[in-house]
Amino acid sequence: MKNIYAWTAIWLNVFASTAGNVWLSHAMKKVGDVGELRKQYGFRRVIKRILTTPTFFLGMLGMAVAFYSLLFGLAWANLSLVVPAAASLTFVANALAARIFLHEQVGRRRWIAALLVAGGVALMAV
Amino acid sequence: MTFRKYLVLAGVTVFSPVGDALLNRGMKQLGAVSLHDLSSLLLAVLNPWVACGILFLIAYFASYMAALSWADLTYVLPATSLGYVLVALIARIGFHESISPTRWLGIALITAGVGFVAAGPSVTVLPEPAKTGTPEAVTQEVQP
Repeated sequence: MKNIYAWTAIWLNVFASTAGNVWLSHAMKKVGDVGELRKQYGFRRVIKRILTTPTFFLGMLGMAVAFYSLLFGLAWANLSLVVPAAASLTFVANALAARIFLHEQVGRRRWIAALLVAGGVALMAV
Repeated sequence: MTFRKYLVLAGVTVFSPVGDALLNRGMKQLGAVSLHDLSSLLLAVLNPWVACGILFLIAYFASYMAALSWADLTYVLPATSLGYVLVALIARIGFHESISPTRWLGIALITAGVGFVAAGPSVTVLPEPAKTGTPEAVTQEVQP
């Protein structure tokens, strides 16, 4: 039963963190390079700009769900299973989602990198 | 890519695995969480290890947001995955844990993946749509 709970938590983590990453990436692209913005307008303006971007809060929501599902997973299984399994699946899910929703050009180089890292992370759990 | 941007990527790489390890230690102290007692999960943040883990994860989140403001998601995620290698090396060097050949292979794959993506462009630039063009303009990548 613990195994079912652990894998439910892992899949919930993959879905929530992918959605959160996509929303967050969308929000931060809208905000712009925070380093340059801070130099030009100061730290407060950067924070204000981030907090007035609606997709930032959706990203935070996704990340919060991912965080608590990770806590659930860690309570039911070992770190060496939960984190690598969730992370390796998330790499592939993110590459797909970034291509579909963010229109990022995920070329051969990035697909190979995502698959190498996902495979490597999965092997680390063995 | 400037030195500052490499520092931000290094922050994303280091803060996350340290935060995860601290969370793991805290949650092991608390024991298994029951679905019938969700309040114990909310109260878990009061555990010092979990609290420290959360502080590290906040630092990770700030540097991650900064990275996403100037680089693609599909660049940032693989480029910062050396954190997994870092955890294994800390375990090997700091705690004298043994690393199996399979794990060494995993480390090699991750390192190769990081090298692959880091050598490529960091951001996709969507050109302004042409006045008479189709809505789905062809994307092109620029060198960092």
